[in-house]
Formats: sequence, structure tokens, C-alpha cells
Amino acid sequence: MTLTSLTADSPRTEEEVQKSALKPRRRNRPKKFRDGDDSSELSGKRGGSRIVVIIGLVLFALYSIGPAWWLVVSSTKTKEDLYTTDAMWFANFSLFDNLASLFTYQDGIFGVWLWNSTLYAFAGSIGHTLVSLAAGYGLAMYSFRGKGTTMGFIIGSFLIPGALLTIPSYLLFVQMGLYDTIWAMIIPAFFSPFAVYLAKIYAEGAVPSELLEAARIDGAGEYRIFFQIASRLMTTAGATIFLLHFVGSWNAFFGPMVFLRGDDKWPVMLGLYSWLQRGTDSTVDLTGLVITGSLVATIPMVVLMVAMQRYWRSGVAMGSLK
Amino acid sequence: MIGFAVFTLLPVVVGLAQSLYTSKTTGLGFGAATVSFSGFDNFARGLSDPVFWDSMLRVSIYAVVIVPVTQVVSLLLALLIDAVQRRVANKFRLILLVPYMIPGIVATMIWIYLYSPVVGPLTPILNFFGLDVNFFSGSMIWVSIGNLALWGAIGFNMLILYGALQAVPREIFDAARVDGASEFRIAMSIKVPYVQTSLVLTGLLSIIGTLQIFAEPTLFRSISPETITKDFTPSMVIFNQAFQVGNLNYAAAQSIILAAVVGVASVIIYRLTKKVDS
Repeated sequence: MTLTSLTADSPRTEEEVQKSALKPRRRNRPKKFRDGDDSSELSGKRGGSRIVVIIGLVLFALYSIGPAWWLVVSSTKTKEDLYTTDAMWFANFSLFDNLASLFTYQDGIFGVWLWNSTLYAFAGSIGHTLVSLAAGYGLAMYSFRGKGTTMGFIIGSFLIPGALLTIPSYLLFVQMGLYDTIWAMIIPAFFSPFAVYLAKIYAEGAVPSELLEAARIDGAGEYRIFFQIASRLMTTAGATIFLLHFVGSWNAFFGPMVFLRGDDKWPVMLGLYSWLQRGTDSTVDLTGLVITGSLVATIPMVVLMVAMQRYWRSGVAMGSLK
Repeated sequence: MIGFAVFTLLPVVVGLAQSLYTSKTTGLGFGAATVSFSGFDNFARGLSDPVFWDSMLRVSIYAVVIVPVTQVVSLLLALLIDAVQRRVANKFRLILLVPYMIPGIVATMIWIYLYSPVVGPLTPILNFFGLDVNFFSGSMIWVSIGNLALWGAIGFNMLILYGALQAVPREIFDAARVDGASEFRIAMSIKVPYVQTSLVLTGLLSIIGTLQIFAEPTLFRSISPETITKDFTPSMVIFNQAFQVGNLNYAAAQSIILAAVVGVASVIIYRLTKKVDS
């Protein structure tokens, strides 16, 4: 009410105060605006533009799910139907045959790839999350010499493109004996300046320093404070960091291509690529396998994202507000 | 705790140092490598290498087109979502995020098949309208890749921008409506300026990503090797140089040049957007 007296010219009755709070200038407009929030307002008043908005959204939605729909439909088809029937609708249902041949082709190497992807993604993401949380927490809660420099390095390294690091990392891994081992996929994943930054920002907001003081007075050690108090307060950040890294790791292509030689260590994306490549220059037509394999390789991602969407939505917002 | 921080930084520092050192040596690749100091020779070669710069030019032109297009479409999408009721918005939001849930390689494969004249539905549909389009031809390939990139990016960008739009205080809209502003005007004059920071962020991220584009053209190459050469993008040049030619040191130097170009591009864009802002 104090606000309205500033914006409007001296309203007298209670009703006038209310009105002017909503519409400072035109007081005589009909009342239908009064309790209309953003959305109902649009639906009530501007039918035309609402239809345009909905049509636009539907078109975008079709554009978004069309290709995914094609993948689902195609993976249920036999090889012959793939080439002869309508691309966007089902034909003879042979998804299970396709799955069977997918997991038996080349002695079931697809299963190995799937397992590798899962291993790299889980092991990498868990380590990545723990290290990032701990480092972010440390940066947020303690003051030590060189803290500013450390933060400078971390923010500066956002700008280093992956392409710069790949070749030097390759040389480094060859020297360290990590090249062509699963560790080349897991250990580098532990360290990400961006995740540390996210964790630091989050820790500053979520972990009150008074709580740490209280714990210290009660005689808790620093490690105990971190594992039993701080890490619990930082669950949301942890889940977000975990998920974002899991997605990145599942999608990884350039890294595995550079660091891994033997196809028994490949993640599923690299394996599918090798099939796609071979599909054109060999006598075996691998198209059906690639399509079914793509669908199978997508399922874990969809399950994970739907299950954890609460976290990555807030995480994305967190990242965008920096 | 300090240890953790150092541990996180170490790989970055080591990586940087490594790249600086190796770039100053020349290995022969085969047999016993004779490593010798060659100063900035690799850099000089990289800076005057027409193959490398051709690829850079190709990707830069592509980035100049696709990054703004992606930004505009994502923003439009975010504004559309912001204009409907929350219940409807939530449903659409999930649908529009489907592309984000599909791994990049799988997405590329899907589109390769969709473009394919043999299995894909697009060629017959366009034929029906009297259009004969070869998605893998030299003139169409960037459009094909661009569409794929757009498809993959708009959902996620929309999410970021929508998040920013939600933070705009709603009273402003009411005030503007009362003043007689149309929904379109509100979107352009209030909502867009409000999300500018997020736009800069998504823009920078797409530039950094686009200049390093590797997976998509590599996959397209396996379908259409005559259109997409092994030197099609800078990252492909680097990969080829390192693992086909075997000249890792030159590849490292090229990596640094690419990184510098990406960095400069980011800074320029950042400055320009800041200027527009003020």
C-alpha cells in the first residue's frame, strides 16, 4: 500500500488503492484484468494470438519428436520393410528379432559396448561429482593463500576448448600408460572446472558458515563436517553435476576415438559409428542393427533424464544465472 | 581441501604445459622419434596452412549463420512456451526436450537416415512437392548439418531462456498491458532485454561448440566421403594430422591456434553484445 501511494496520485478509498496497484494509469478500464495472471489473461482476451502460439508450439513439438518417432518405428521393422514401407508408420513388428540379432552380432559385442558406456559413465560421474563437490566446498568455505588465483584459473579454464586439450592429453596418457585403457575414460572425467564452479556457487548459498562453526565447537573434524553435514546440504548440486556429466560421458565421441584402440573397450557411441561406417563398404547391411542399437543406446538416457528432471532443470537454471 | 582444489587444477595446468612443450618439438612419428626443439615453426606452418584455414573458414561461415538462427529460434520457442498456461507449458516443455535426451551420435544417425534417399521419408515428401533435394550434396551439406544442430540445440537453449523468463517479475507485464502494449510488444521490449544475459551465455556456448564441430561431419563423411573431405572442419584436420599423418606436434600447434581463434571469437562476441546492451 505504501508502494501505490508512490506510483499513483493520492488514491482515497480502499478500492481505489487496489485498482491503482494493478493499473496505475487507466483506472477506468473494466475489471476483468484485476485477477488475471499472465496466462489466463492471454487465453481470455486474445483468442487469435493464443491460437498462433499453440500452432507454433505444436509445429515445434512435431519437429522435435518426429525424428525420435522415426527411430522407434524403424527399429521395429524388418530389413526389407525398412526400405519398402512408409517410413513414419509401423510395418511387420519384428523388434524382438532385431534385438536378438543386435545382441548376437559379432559375439554380442554390442552388449560389451553398452556395459563399457555404463561403466565409464557411472564411474566417471561418481568421481567427478565427489571431487567437484569437495573442491567447490573447499573454495567456498575456507580462505587460504592463493584462493583468488585458484578461482581465476578455474574460471579461465572454462574458455579452454576441448580440442586444445585432446592432443596434449593423448601425449600425456601415452607417457603415463593410460592410453587404450579404461582409465583413460574414467580418471580425466574426475576433474572439471565448470563443475567445481557450480559446486562453489551452490555451497556459498546452501551451507551456512554458522553451522560449520557450531559443528567445530562441538568437536567435529573437518572431514566429518564435510561428509556428514555439508555434503547433505549440497545434494541438489551433486545430483545436477552427476547428471550433466553422465550425459556428456554417454555422448562422448571424440575422446574415446582418440584414446581407445581396441573395440572391446569402446563405448556404445563409437561402436555404432564403426557399424555405420562399415554399412557402406561391406557386403553386410548393418543399417537395421545401427537403428536398433541407436534406440537401445538412447533408452538409458531417457530413463535417467525423466527420473531426474527436477535436478537438471534447477541445475541448468543455476548455470545460467552465473 | 586445498589438495582437492589443486588436484582439480593440475590436469588443466599439465595439459597446457604439455601442449606448449610438445608444440615446440618435432617428432617424426615412425621408429625412434627424434625430438628436437623447433621454436615456433609448427605455429608458423599452421598459420600459413591453406588446408587448415579453409576448414576454419568453412566452419566460421557456418557458425555465423547457425548460431544466430539457433538463438532466435530458441528465444521464439521460449517466448511461445512462456505465453501459455503453466500446465500446457510443462507438457510441451517435456516434448521439446526429447532431442536433448537423444545422444548426439544417435541424433546424427537418425538425421542421416532421414535425409537418405533410400530409407528416409524426407526425399519422397519433397518429391511430392516437386522438389528434388540431395541432402548430401556439396551445396546442401551445411544446411543438413545445420538443421541437425538446430534440432539438437533449441530444446536445451529454450530451457535456459525459459528459466530466465520465469524470473521476470510478472507485475511488469500487467503494467505494460494496462498501458496498452500488445503481447508482441511486451515480448520484444520487456522479455527479450530481460533474458539478454542468458542469450549471451547460450550464444557463447554454441560458438565454442560450433567451431570445434567434429562428430557430425565425421558421421556424415562415412555416408558421403566425396562431399565431406577428411579436412572438412578444423577438428577433423587436427585429428587427421595427429592420427593419420602421425604428426602430433603439428596437430598440437593447430589445436592451440584453434583454441586461440575460439577464444578471440568469444571475446569479440562478448564485447559486441555488451556494447549493444549499453
